[in-house]
Amino acid sequence: MTAREGRRGGGERPVVPRAGFTSYYGRPVLNAPTWEARDIAGYLFLGGLAGSSSLLAAGAHRTGRPRLGRAAKAGACGGAALSLAALVHDLGRPARFLHMLRVLKPTSPMNLGSWLLAGYAPLAAGAALSDLSGRYRRAGAAATAGAAALGPAVTTYTAVLLSDTAVPSWHAAYRQLPFAFAGSGATAAAGLGLLAAPVREAGPARRLALFGAALETAATSLLERRTGLAAEPYRTGRARPLMRAARALTAGGALLAAGPGRRSRGAAAVAGAALLTGSAALRFGVFHAGVASAEDPRYTVVPQRERLRARAHER
Amino acid sequence: MTASGPPPGTDGSPPRMGFFTDTSVCIGCKACEVACKEWNAIPEDGLLLTGMSYDNTGHLGADTWRHVAFVEQRRTPGADPGGVDVFRAAAHLGAAGGPAPADAQTAPAELRWLMSSDVCKHCTHAACLDVCPTGSLFRTEFGTVVVQEDICNGCGYCVPACPYGVIDQRRGDGRAWKCTLCYDRLGAGAEPACAKACPTDSIQFGALDDLRERAAVRVAQLHADGVTDARLYGESPQDGVGGAGAFFLLLDEPEVYGLPPDPVVTTRDLPAMWRCAAAAAATLAAGAAAAFLGRRR
Repeated sequence: MTAREGRRGGGERPVVPRAGFTSYYGRPVLNAPTWEARDIAGYLFLGGLAGSSSLLAAGAHRTGRPRLGRAAKAGACGGAALSLAALVHDLGRPARFLHMLRVLKPTSPMNLGSWLLAGYAPLAAGAALSDLSGRYRRAGAAATAGAAALGPAVTTYTAVLLSDTAVPSWHAAYRQLPFAFAGSGATAAAGLGLLAAPVREAGPARRLALFGAALETAATSLLERRTGLAAEPYRTGRARPLMRAARALTAGGALLAAGPGRRSRGAAAVAGAALLTGSAALRFGVFHAGVASAEDPRYTVVPQRERLRARAHER
Repeated sequence: MTASGPPPGTDGSPPRMGFFTDTSVCIGCKACEVACKEWNAIPEDGLLLTGMSYDNTGHLGADTWRHVAFVEQRRTPGADPGGVDVFRAAAHLGAAGGPAPADAQTAPAELRWLMSSDVCKHCTHAACLDVCPTGSLFRTEFGTVVVQEDICNGCGYCVPACPYGVIDQRRGDGRAWKCTLCYDRLGAGAEPACAKACPTDSIQFGALDDLRERAAVRVAQLHADGVTDARLYGESPQDGVGGAGAFFLLLDEPEVYGLPPDPVVTTRDLPAMWRCAAAAAATLAAGAAAAFLGRRR
């Protein structure tokens, strides 16, 4: 075994040096994330579900759709609580969770996200508890509006959380990931609404599903076309079936909701389940693509080499 | 966007301290690894045989703060370096009848052994420090980057943020650990354990400005001696991390030693990331609002 193991092309030395790459015994350059997929990808999914559900909840609240509103408020509250639980569970020292709030640090998306959740979770919980108990309605309405104001940030900040790392497939996708997560959050919230609300109240959920599916599909398509070599881990390995499932379930769920889901409660429920599963699949797919890109030195070395070559060419 | 603050040494604090690791005189003795482990009381990091030359340490991590890389190369003068089958080469050593028989296509090949002691770079713009949500990672008065172990809550964010794969989470302990540039020794006016133990002065410790001057002289001397492959890595304040506090003299491309060729602090793009996320959040809010407009069902 030699230090040149990483060089591709077998015994033949490539004529075009661009094709080759060198590594130290094929070892990764980066230390891969130590995060558990279930905790962190789950956290991304639940955060998206919660944040977008708050938008749906506020709309349902304003337009007099009580059952859609209750489902969305419960989804936002449950999603926020479970995502916090997943985040704390993943810490190496869970008892020190509150150390996240000992500073306010704009350079750390995880720090800002913790502050965001610290503000958001009580609002989401207040909105849900007021709705379920029927008490403190004015405070509940204010909490619903407050949670909706923070909801979009809760849905999309997790994309920055991933992109603000040296992980090639996350960092290179920093322009597309927030839109993919926004779309995926919208489909998840719509899916929950479709599952829980009667057909006559679920019109906004159906439209939100179509919007979210279109946004997510457009963003992931752009991601795969614009990020060069960093797009490869999204199409290979463990991420491949997840990303494909996400695309099929999201598109299929949105179409089913917009078609038969307008009349049939059963079709709407199936569509809702598909949308929720598709949203989760996207987050797990993105998670695994990033980990795979960190574990293979090629995704670190080749783009950096090309960058250096391009810079040398400019001079 | 970084939380690095003013450059050390400009406000009455001690000068920025660092390492210059001159790999051209590294003999691969691993005294640095041992001294680091001993002084910092780092747990055992696995007793494995990797098959990677004499490197059974593998990679920097939570329990490995110095790592000596061993690279075996066969180089034909004037040609692109290639791999070497050391066992075949070794089989010819001491064979009767003088030198080894020449290989048909690659003769005359020369065996080259590169050794390099890797360490945390103590970046000017340190991604681990920037992304740390608790403020556990901080910049010392010596311009180094250190984890406060009573603050770290083991979120693990610094691990994928590091462009060099240095910091890692310790299993069973949960917290993140890495080289402190022997912060405790520096405070007492002593040099770090690895530099103290290095028998060839491959690891040189000092004020970063002095080290940069020394390194420039050394690389010029090597070039004059015909070692044209010698190059400095991480010494330039213009690079993607604003210059490393621990930089190197290498004899081949950085990736040969497992180092990234053009590392960039991830937070350089953070303002653009927040802008994209804000645009996506606005799109989502608009989409949700639109879903409630129009028809009443």
